[in-house]
Amino acid sequence: MSKIHVTTKINGDPVEYLCEPDETLLDVLRDQLGLTGSKEGCGTGDCGACTVTLDGRLVCSCLVLGAEAEGAEVGTIEGMAEAEALHPLQQKFIEHAALQCGICTPGILVAAKSLLERNPDPTEEETRYWLAGNLCRCTGYDKIIRAVMDAAADMRKAS
Amino acid sequence: MRYLAPTTLEDAVQMLAEDPGECRVLAGGTDLLVRMRAGMTEPDSILDIKRIDALREITAEDGGWRIGAAVSGAVMNEHEGLCADWPGVVEAANLIGSTQIQGRCTLAGNLCNASPAADSVPAMVAAGAVARIAGPNGTRDVPVEDVPLAPGKTCLEQGEFVASIFLPRRGPRGGDAYLRFTPRTEMDIAVVGCAVSLTLDADGICTAARVSLGAVAPTVILVPQAAATLEGTRLDEPALNALARTCSEAASPIADKRGTVEFRTHVAGVLARRAAKIAHERAGG
Repeated sequence: MSKIHVTTKINGDPVEYLCEPDETLLDVLRDQLGLTGSKEGCGTGDCGACTVTLDGRLVCSCLVLGAEAEGAEVGTIEGMAEAEALHPLQQKFIEHAALQCGICTPGILVAAKSLLERNPDPTEEETRYWLAGNLCRCTGYDKIIRAVMDAAADMRKAS
Repeated sequence: MRYLAPTTLEDAVQMLAEDPGECRVLAGGTDLLVRMRAGMTEPDSILDIKRIDALREITAEDGGWRIGAAVSGAVMNEHEGLCADWPGVVEAANLIGSTQIQGRCTLAGNLCNASPAADSVPAMVAAGAVARIAGPNGTRDVPVEDVPLAPGKTCLEQGEFVASIFLPRRGPRGGDAYLRFTPRTEMDIAVVGCAVSLTLDADGICTAARVSLGAVAPTVILVPQAAATLEGTRLDEPALNALARTCSEAASPIADKRGTVEFRTHVAGVLARRAAKIAHERAGG
Protein backbone atom coordinates (compact mmCIF):
# COMPACT_ATOMS: atom_id res chain seq x y z
CA MET A 1 0.00 0.00 0.00
CA SER A 2 1.65 3.20 -1.14
CA LYS A 3 1.19 6.45 0.67
CA ILE A 4 -0.29 9.50 -1.00
CA HIS A 5 1.57 12.78 -1.07
CA VAL A 6 -0.73 15.67 -0.23
CA THR A 7 -0.03 19.40 -0.54
CA THR A 8 -2.55 21.56 1.25
CA LYS A 9 -2.97 24.67 3.36
CA ILE A 10 -3.87 24.49 7.01
CA ASN A 11 -4.81 27.71 8.80
CA GLY A 12 -3.14 29.62 5.98
CA ASP A 13 0.17 27.78 6.13
CA PRO A 14 1.35 25.49 3.32
CA VAL A 15 1.58 21.92 4.61
CA GLU A 16 2.70 18.66 3.00
CA TYR A 17 2.10 15.17 4.33
CA LEU A 18 1.99 11.54 3.33
CA CYS A 19 -1.15 9.59 4.19
CA GLU A 20 -2.67 6.18 3.68
CA PRO A 21 -5.54 6.07 1.15
CA ASP A 22 -8.05 5.24 3.87
CA GLU A 23 -6.67 7.62 6.50
CA THR A 24 -9.10 10.35 7.54
CA LEU A 25 -8.23 14.02 7.60
CA LEU A 26 -8.89 13.92 11.36
CA ASP A 27 -6.24 11.23 11.85
CA VAL A 28 -3.76 13.15 9.71
CA LEU A 29 -4.36 16.35 11.69
CA ARG A 30 -4.04 14.67 15.06
CA ASP A 31 -1.51 11.89 14.56
CA GLN A 32 0.79 13.31 11.90
CA LEU A 33 0.59 17.06 12.23
CA GLY A 34 0.13 17.30 15.99
CA LEU A 35 -3.01 19.41 15.61
CA THR A 36 -4.90 17.70 18.41
CA GLY A 37 -7.48 20.44 18.93
CA SER A 38 -9.90 18.59 16.65
CA LYS A 39 -11.32 15.71 18.67
CA GLU A 40 -12.65 12.33 17.71
CA GLY A 41 -15.99 11.73 19.36
CA CYS A 42 -18.00 9.29 17.28
CA GLY A 43 -15.98 8.93 14.09
CA THR A 44 -19.21 8.73 12.09
CA GLY A 45 -20.16 12.36 11.53
CA ASP A 46 -22.77 12.53 14.27
CA CYS A 47 -21.11 14.51 17.06
CA GLY A 48 -19.19 17.34 15.39
CA ALA A 49 -16.19 17.22 17.76
CA CYS A 50 -13.87 16.93 14.72
CA THR A 51 -15.40 19.93 12.91
CA VAL A 52 -13.05 21.84 10.59
CA THR A 53 -13.56 23.96 7.50
CA LEU A 54 -12.59 22.60 4.09
CA ASP A 55 -12.44 25.34 1.46
CA GLY A 56 -14.62 27.43 3.75
CA ARG A 57 -17.29 24.75 4.28
CA LEU A 58 -17.96 23.23 7.64
CA VAL A 59 -17.27 19.47 7.58
CA CYS A 60 -16.62 16.60 9.95
CA SER A 61 -12.93 15.80 9.43
CA CYS A 62 -13.64 12.17 10.40
CA LEU A 63 -15.70 11.92 7.19
CA VAL A 64 -13.02 13.39 4.92
CA LEU A 65 -10.05 11.40 3.64
CA GLY A 66 -6.63 12.96 4.15
CA ALA A 67 -6.09 12.55 0.40
CA GLU A 68 -9.09 14.76 -0.33
CA ALA A 69 -7.35 17.80 1.17
CA GLU A 70 -5.00 18.01 -1.84
CA GLY A 71 -5.03 21.63 -3.03
CA ALA A 72 -7.65 22.60 -0.47
CA GLU A 73 -7.66 25.04 2.42
CA VAL A 74 -8.29 23.55 5.83
CA GLY A 75 -9.22 25.60 8.88
CA THR A 76 -8.93 24.12 12.37
CA ILE A 77 -9.40 25.36 15.92
CA GLU A 78 -5.64 26.00 16.08
CA GLY A 79 -6.13 28.84 13.60
CA MET A 80 -8.77 30.63 15.65
CA ALA A 81 -6.80 32.67 18.17
CA GLU A 82 -4.32 35.23 16.84
CA ALA A 83 -1.13 34.53 18.76
CA GLU A 84 -2.07 35.17 22.39
CA ALA A 85 -5.29 37.00 21.56
CA LEU A 86 -8.34 34.79 21.84
CA HIS A 87 -11.12 35.03 19.27
CA PRO A 88 -14.19 36.78 20.75
CA LEU A 89 -16.04 33.46 20.69
CA GLN A 90 -13.31 31.80 22.73
CA GLN A 91 -13.35 34.68 25.20
CA LYS A 92 -17.13 34.49 25.57
CA PHE A 93 -17.04 30.72 26.09
CA ILE A 94 -14.77 31.32 29.06
CA GLU A 95 -16.87 34.19 30.43
CA HIS A 96 -20.12 32.25 30.13
CA ALA A 97 -18.55 29.00 31.37
CA ALA A 98 -19.88 27.45 28.17
CA LEU A 99 -17.87 24.28 28.59
CA GLN A 100 -17.26 21.60 31.12
CA CYS A 101 -15.23 18.65 29.88
CA GLY A 102 -14.24 20.58 26.75
CA ILE A 103 -14.20 17.77 24.20
CA CYS A 104 -16.96 19.32 22.09
CA THR A 105 -15.66 22.88 22.47
CA PRO A 106 -13.18 23.10 19.56
CA GLY A 107 -15.79 21.80 17.13
CA ILE A 108 -18.44 24.15 18.45
CA LEU A 109 -16.13 27.14 18.22
CA VAL A 110 -15.18 26.34 14.62
CA ALA A 111 -18.86 25.85 13.73
CA ALA A 112 -19.97 29.02 15.52
CA LYS A 113 -17.25 31.08 13.82
CA SER A 114 -18.44 29.78 10.45
CA LEU A 115 -22.01 30.78 11.33
CA LEU A 116 -21.05 34.34 12.31
CA GLU A 117 -18.98 34.77 9.16
CA ARG A 118 -22.09 34.00 7.11
CA ASN A 119 -24.64 35.60 9.38
CA PRO A 120 -23.34 38.16 11.90
CA ASP A 121 -26.79 38.54 13.49
CA PRO A 122 -28.34 35.09 13.81
CA THR A 123 -31.45 34.44 15.87
CA GLU A 124 -31.20 31.99 18.74
CA GLU A 125 -33.18 29.51 16.67
CA GLU A 126 -30.82 29.84 13.70
CA THR A 127 -27.87 29.38 16.04
CA ARG A 128 -29.37 26.26 17.59
CA TYR A 129 -30.10 24.74 14.18
CA TRP A 130 -26.64 25.61 12.86
CA LEU A 131 -25.01 23.92 15.86
CA ALA A 132 -27.35 20.90 15.89
CA GLY A 133 -24.52 18.73 14.60
CA ASN A 134 -22.30 19.57 17.57
CA LEU A 135 -23.23 17.41 20.52
CA CYS A 136 -22.40 18.41 24.09
CA ARG A 137 -23.18 16.01 26.89
CA CYS A 138 -22.22 18.36 29.73
CA THR A 139 -23.71 21.80 29.41
CA GLY A 140 -27.25 21.35 28.21
CA TYR A 141 -26.37 23.85 25.46
CA ASP A 142 -27.86 26.97 27.07
CA LYS A 143 -24.55 28.48 28.07
CA ILE A 144 -23.08 27.66 24.68
CA ILE A 145 -25.92 29.44 22.91
CA ARG A 146 -25.69 32.45 25.23
CA ALA A 147 -21.93 32.67 24.64
CA VAL A 148 -22.39 32.58 20.86
CA MET A 149 -25.18 35.20 20.94
CA ASP A 150 -23.09 37.44 23.20
CA ALA A 151 -19.99 37.07 21.03
CA ALA A 152 -22.07 37.86 17.94
CA ALA A 153 -23.39 41.06 19.59
CA ASP A 154 -19.87 42.16 20.56
CA MET A 155 -18.49 41.41 17.12
CA ARG A 156 -21.26 43.45 15.50
CA LYS A 157 -20.44 46.41 17.74
CA ALA A 158 -16.74 46.08 16.97
CA SER A 159 -17.20 46.01 13.22
CA MET B 1 -6.78 0.32 -0.67
CA ARG B 2 -6.20 2.68 -3.58
CA TYR B 3 -7.41 6.27 -3.83
CA LEU B 4 -8.26 7.38 -7.37
CA ALA B 5 -9.02 10.99 -8.23
CA PRO B 6 -9.73 11.46 -11.94
CA THR B 7 -10.31 14.94 -13.35
CA THR B 8 -12.54 13.98 -16.29
CA LEU B 9 -15.70 11.92 -16.54
CA GLU B 10 -14.09 9.76 -19.25
CA ASP B 11 -11.17 8.90 -16.98
CA ALA B 12 -13.56 8.13 -14.13
CA VAL B 13 -15.58 5.73 -16.29
CA GLN B 14 -12.42 4.04 -17.51
CA MET B 15 -10.89 3.69 -14.04
CA LEU B 16 -14.11 2.25 -12.65
CA ALA B 17 -14.44 -0.20 -15.56
CA GLU B 18 -10.81 -1.33 -15.37
CA ASP B 19 -10.55 -1.63 -11.60
CA PRO B 20 -9.95 -5.29 -10.83
CA GLY B 21 -11.50 -5.30 -7.36
CA GLU B 22 -14.36 -3.59 -5.57
CA CYS B 23 -14.26 0.10 -6.37
CA ARG B 24 -16.58 2.50 -4.59
CA VAL B 25 -17.42 5.97 -5.84
CA LEU B 26 -16.79 8.75 -3.32
CA ALA B 27 -18.79 11.97 -3.56
CA GLY B 28 -19.58 13.50 -0.16
CA GLY B 29 -18.55 10.39 1.75
CA THR B 30 -21.15 10.87 4.46
CA ASP B 31 -22.47 7.34 3.90
CA LEU B 32 -19.45 5.60 2.36
CA LEU B 33 -16.88 6.54 5.01
CA VAL B 34 -19.29 5.61 7.79
CA ARG B 35 -19.86 2.21 6.17
CA MET B 36 -16.14 1.67 5.73
CA ARG B 37 -15.47 2.50 9.34
CA ALA B 38 -18.19 0.10 10.47
CA GLY B 39 -16.64 -2.64 8.32
CA MET B 40 -19.84 -2.89 6.26
CA THR B 41 -17.82 -2.34 3.09
CA GLU B 42 -14.13 -2.87 2.45
CA PRO B 43 -13.42 -1.51 -1.02
CA ASP B 44 -10.15 -2.19 -2.83
CA SER B 45 -10.31 1.26 -4.39
CA ILE B 46 -12.07 4.53 -3.86
CA LEU B 47 -12.87 6.71 -6.84
CA ASP B 48 -13.21 10.33 -5.75
CA ILE B 49 -15.32 12.20 -8.34
CA LYS B 50 -14.97 15.63 -6.73
CA ARG B 51 -12.05 16.70 -8.92
CA ILE B 52 -14.21 16.46 -12.03
CA ASP B 53 -15.23 20.10 -12.52
CA ALA B 54 -18.50 19.37 -14.33
CA LEU B 55 -19.72 17.23 -11.43
CA ARG B 56 -19.26 20.11 -8.99
CA GLU B 57 -21.54 22.47 -10.88
CA ILE B 58 -25.20 23.40 -11.07
CA THR B 59 -25.93 24.37 -14.69
CA ALA B 60 -29.02 25.65 -16.47
CA GLU B 61 -30.22 23.19 -19.12
CA ASP B 62 -33.41 23.26 -21.22
CA GLY B 63 -35.05 25.58 -18.69
CA GLY B 64 -34.24 23.17 -15.85
CA TRP B 65 -31.19 22.49 -13.72
CA ARG B 66 -28.49 19.87 -13.95
CA ILE B 67 -26.89 19.18 -10.59
CA GLY B 68 -23.53 17.43 -10.65
CA ALA B 69 -23.10 14.35 -8.48
CA ALA B 70 -20.52 16.11 -6.31
CA VAL B 71 -22.63 19.20 -5.53
CA SER B 72 -23.23 19.45 -1.78
CA GLY B 73 -26.47 20.37 -0.03
CA ALA B 74 -24.87 23.62 1.18
CA VAL B 75 -24.06 24.65 -2.39
CA MET B 76 -27.62 23.89 -3.53
CA ASN B 77 -28.99 25.95 -0.67
CA GLU B 78 -27.00 28.98 -1.84
CA HIS B 79 -28.15 28.71 -5.48
CA GLU B 80 -30.92 31.27 -5.98
CA GLY B 81 -32.27 29.96 -9.26
CA LEU B 82 -32.50 26.40 -8.01
CA CYS B 83 -34.13 27.47 -4.74
CA ALA B 84 -36.68 29.57 -6.65
CA ASP B 85 -37.64 26.73 -9.02
CA TRP B 86 -37.47 23.70 -6.73
CA PRO B 87 -37.67 24.83 -3.08
CA GLY B 88 -39.03 21.43 -2.02
CA VAL B 89 -36.04 19.57 -3.43
CA VAL B 90 -33.57 21.97 -1.81
CA GLU B 91 -35.37 21.83 1.54
CA ALA B 92 -35.44 18.05 1.43
CA ALA B 93 -31.72 17.88 0.70
CA ASN B 94 -31.07 20.33 3.53
CA LEU B 95 -32.86 18.09 6.02
CA ILE B 96 -30.08 15.51 5.68
CA GLY B 97 -27.85 15.59 8.76
CA SER B 98 -26.16 18.61 10.28
CA THR B 99 -24.52 21.75 8.90
CA GLN B 100 -21.30 19.71 8.69
CA ILE B 101 -23.01 16.94 6.73
CA GLN B 102 -24.57 19.56 4.45
CA GLY B 103 -21.06 20.67 3.55
CA ARG B 104 -20.50 17.27 1.93
CA CYS B 105 -23.70 15.31 1.26
CA THR B 106 -25.07 15.08 -2.28
CA LEU B 107 -28.35 14.28 -4.05
CA ALA B 108 -26.65 11.55 -6.06
CA GLY B 109 -25.20 9.97 -2.93
CA ASN B 110 -28.52 10.09 -1.14
CA LEU B 111 -30.09 8.35 -4.15
CA CYS B 112 -27.38 5.69 -4.50
CA ASN B 113 -27.40 4.89 -0.79
CA ALA B 114 -30.90 3.65 -1.61
CA SER B 115 -32.40 4.09 1.83
CA PRO B 116 -36.21 4.03 1.78
CA ALA B 117 -36.04 6.93 4.26
CA ALA B 118 -33.74 9.15 2.15
CA ASP B 119 -35.06 12.70 2.45
CA SER B 120 -34.09 14.11 -0.93
CA VAL B 121 -35.35 11.16 -2.97
CA PRO B 122 -39.14 11.66 -2.57
CA ALA B 123 -38.64 15.34 -3.45
CA MET B 124 -36.67 14.40 -6.57
CA VAL B 125 -39.27 11.81 -7.54
CA ALA B 126 -42.11 14.32 -7.16
CA ALA B 127 -40.11 16.83 -9.20
CA GLY B 128 -39.76 14.33 -12.04
CA ALA B 129 -35.99 14.32 -11.68
CA VAL B 130 -33.87 12.17 -13.98
CA ALA B 131 -30.54 10.61 -13.02
CA ARG B 132 -27.82 10.61 -15.66
CA ILE B 133 -25.85 7.41 -15.27
CA ALA B 134 -22.35 7.12 -16.74
CA GLY B 135 -20.74 3.79 -17.49
CA PRO B 136 -18.60 1.78 -19.89
CA ASN B 137 -21.43 1.68 -22.45
CA GLY B 138 -21.99 5.41 -22.42
CA THR B 139 -24.53 7.41 -20.49
CA ARG B 140 -28.20 6.65 -19.90
CA ASP B 141 -30.96 8.70 -18.32
CA VAL B 142 -33.18 6.99 -15.75
CA PRO B 143 -36.10 8.52 -13.84
CA VAL B 144 -35.09 8.83 -10.19
CA GLU B 145 -37.96 6.60 -9.03
CA ASP B 146 -36.51 3.72 -11.08
CA VAL B 147 -33.04 3.91 -9.52
CA PRO B 148 -33.62 2.31 -6.08
CA LEU B 149 -34.69 -1.34 -6.34
CA ALA B 150 -34.59 -2.36 -2.66
CA PRO B 151 -33.02 -1.08 0.55
CA GLY B 152 -29.35 -0.48 -0.34
CA LYS B 153 -29.80 -1.71 -3.93
CA THR B 154 -29.95 0.35 -7.11
CA CYS B 155 -30.35 -0.30 -10.83
CA LEU B 156 -26.71 0.65 -11.44
CA GLU B 157 -24.80 -1.98 -13.40
CA GLN B 158 -21.17 -2.90 -12.83
CA GLY B 159 -18.97 0.08 -13.68
CA GLU B 160 -21.80 2.60 -13.65
CA PHE B 161 -22.29 5.62 -11.43
CA VAL B 162 -24.67 8.57 -11.21
CA ALA B 163 -22.98 11.60 -12.78
CA SER B 164 -25.73 14.15 -12.34
CA ILE B 165 -29.38 14.76 -11.49
CA PHE B 166 -31.58 16.74 -13.86
CA LEU B 167 -34.51 18.74 -12.51
CA PRO B 168 -36.87 19.64 -15.35
CA ARG B 169 -38.20 23.07 -16.22
CA ARG B 170 -40.48 24.27 -13.43
CA GLY B 171 -42.67 26.50 -15.60
CA PRO B 172 -45.20 29.03 -14.38
CA ARG B 173 -47.66 28.35 -11.52
CA GLY B 174 -45.74 25.36 -10.23
CA GLY B 175 -44.74 24.50 -6.69
CA ASP B 176 -43.22 21.65 -4.72
CA ALA B 177 -42.75 20.74 -1.07
CA TYR B 178 -41.32 17.96 1.05
CA LEU B 179 -42.23 17.21 4.64
CA ARG B 180 -41.03 14.45 6.92
CA PHE B 181 -41.95 13.30 10.37
CA THR B 182 -39.15 12.84 12.88
CA PRO B 183 -39.43 12.68 16.67
CA ARG B 184 -36.72 15.32 16.93
CA THR B 185 -36.48 18.53 14.92
CA GLU B 186 -32.91 17.92 13.69
CA MET B 187 -30.36 15.17 13.16
CA ASP B 188 -32.89 12.42 12.62
CA ILE B 189 -34.08 10.01 9.94
CA ALA B 190 -37.55 10.22 8.41
CA VAL B 191 -40.22 8.01 9.97
CA VAL B 192 -42.38 9.03 7.02
CA GLY B 193 -41.59 11.49 4.22
CA CYS B 194 -43.87 12.93 1.56
CA ALA B 195 -43.24 15.18 -1.42
CA VAL B 196 -45.78 16.88 -3.66
CA SER B 197 -45.15 18.80 -6.86
CA LEU B 198 -47.99 20.38 -8.80
CA THR B 199 -48.85 22.83 -11.55
CA LEU B 200 -51.93 25.06 -11.71
CA ASP B 201 -53.62 26.63 -14.72
CA ALA B 202 -54.54 30.33 -14.91
CA ASP B 203 -57.83 29.59 -13.11
CA GLY B 204 -56.12 27.84 -10.22
CA ILE B 205 -57.06 24.31 -11.28
CA CYS B 206 -54.37 21.69 -10.74
CA THR B 207 -53.37 20.40 -14.16
CA ALA B 208 -50.53 18.08 -13.18
CA ALA B 209 -49.27 16.62 -9.93
CA ARG B 210 -46.74 14.10 -8.67
CA VAL B 211 -46.82 12.65 -5.16
CA SER B 212 -44.09 10.55 -3.60
CA LEU B 213 -43.74 8.79 -0.24
CA GLY B 214 -40.62 7.80 1.68
CA ALA B 215 -40.03 5.32 4.52
CA VAL B 216 -43.32 3.48 4.03
CA ALA B 217 -42.09 0.82 1.56
CA PRO B 218 -38.79 -0.91 0.67
CA THR B 219 -38.03 1.99 -1.66
CA VAL B 220 -39.26 5.55 -2.07
CA ILE B 221 -42.46 5.27 -4.11
CA LEU B 222 -44.24 7.39 -6.68
CA VAL B 223 -47.99 7.35 -6.01
CA PRO B 224 -49.83 8.19 -9.26
CA GLN B 225 -53.25 7.45 -7.75
CA ALA B 226 -52.56 10.14 -5.12
CA ALA B 227 -51.60 12.64 -7.81
CA ALA B 228 -54.89 11.83 -9.57
CA THR B 229 -56.87 13.00 -6.52
CA LEU B 230 -55.41 16.50 -6.99
CA GLU B 231 -55.59 16.86 -10.76
CA GLY B 232 -58.63 18.78 -11.96
CA THR B 233 -59.28 20.23 -8.49
CA ARG B 234 -58.54 23.46 -6.65
CA LEU B 235 -57.11 21.44 -3.76
CA ASP B 236 -60.30 21.95 -1.79
CA GLU B 237 -61.14 19.89 1.30
CA PRO B 238 -62.63 16.87 -0.53
CA ALA B 239 -59.55 16.69 -2.77
CA LEU B 240 -57.16 16.91 0.18
CA ASN B 241 -59.16 14.27 2.05
CA ALA B 242 -58.94 11.98 -0.95
CA LEU B 243 -55.22 12.66 -1.23
CA ALA B 244 -54.62 11.79 2.42
CA ARG B 245 -56.72 8.62 2.17
CA THR B 246 -54.96 7.51 -1.01
CA CYS B 247 -51.50 8.10 0.47
CA SER B 248 -52.36 6.13 3.60
CA GLU B 249 -53.65 3.30 1.39
CA ALA B 250 -50.46 3.37 -0.67
CA ALA B 251 -48.26 3.06 2.42
CA SER B 252 -47.04 -0.43 3.29
CA PRO B 253 -44.55 0.32 6.05
CA ILE B 254 -42.75 -1.88 8.50
CA ALA B 255 -42.97 -1.42 12.26
CA ASP B 256 -39.69 -0.60 13.94
CA LYS B 257 -38.41 1.40 16.89
CA ARG B 258 -39.10 4.64 15.04
CA GLY B 259 -42.76 4.01 14.25
CA THR B 260 -45.51 1.42 14.05
CA VAL B 261 -47.32 0.38 10.88
CA GLU B 262 -50.49 2.15 12.03
CA PHE B 263 -48.67 5.38 12.88
CA ARG B 264 -46.71 5.50 9.63
CA THR B 265 -49.82 4.74 7.59
CA HIS B 266 -51.73 7.56 9.25
CA VAL B 267 -48.87 10.06 9.06
CA ALA B 268 -48.38 9.40 5.33
CA GLY B 269 -51.81 10.93 4.75
CA VAL B 270 -51.27 13.80 7.18
CA LEU B 271 -47.97 14.80 5.58
CA ALA B 272 -49.39 14.51 2.06
CA ARG B 273 -52.17 16.94 2.91
CA ARG B 274 -49.75 19.43 4.48
CA ALA B 275 -47.15 19.14 1.71
CA ALA B 276 -49.84 19.60 -0.94
CA LYS B 277 -50.99 22.82 0.75
CA ILE B 278 -47.45 24.21 0.78
CA ALA B 279 -46.85 23.23 -2.86
CA HIS B 280 -50.23 24.80 -3.75
CA GLU B 281 -49.30 28.04 -2.05
CA ARG B 282 -45.92 28.10 -3.79
CA ALA B 283 -47.69 27.61 -7.11
CA GLY B 284 -49.64 30.78 -6.39
CA GLY B 285 -52.87 28.98 -5.55
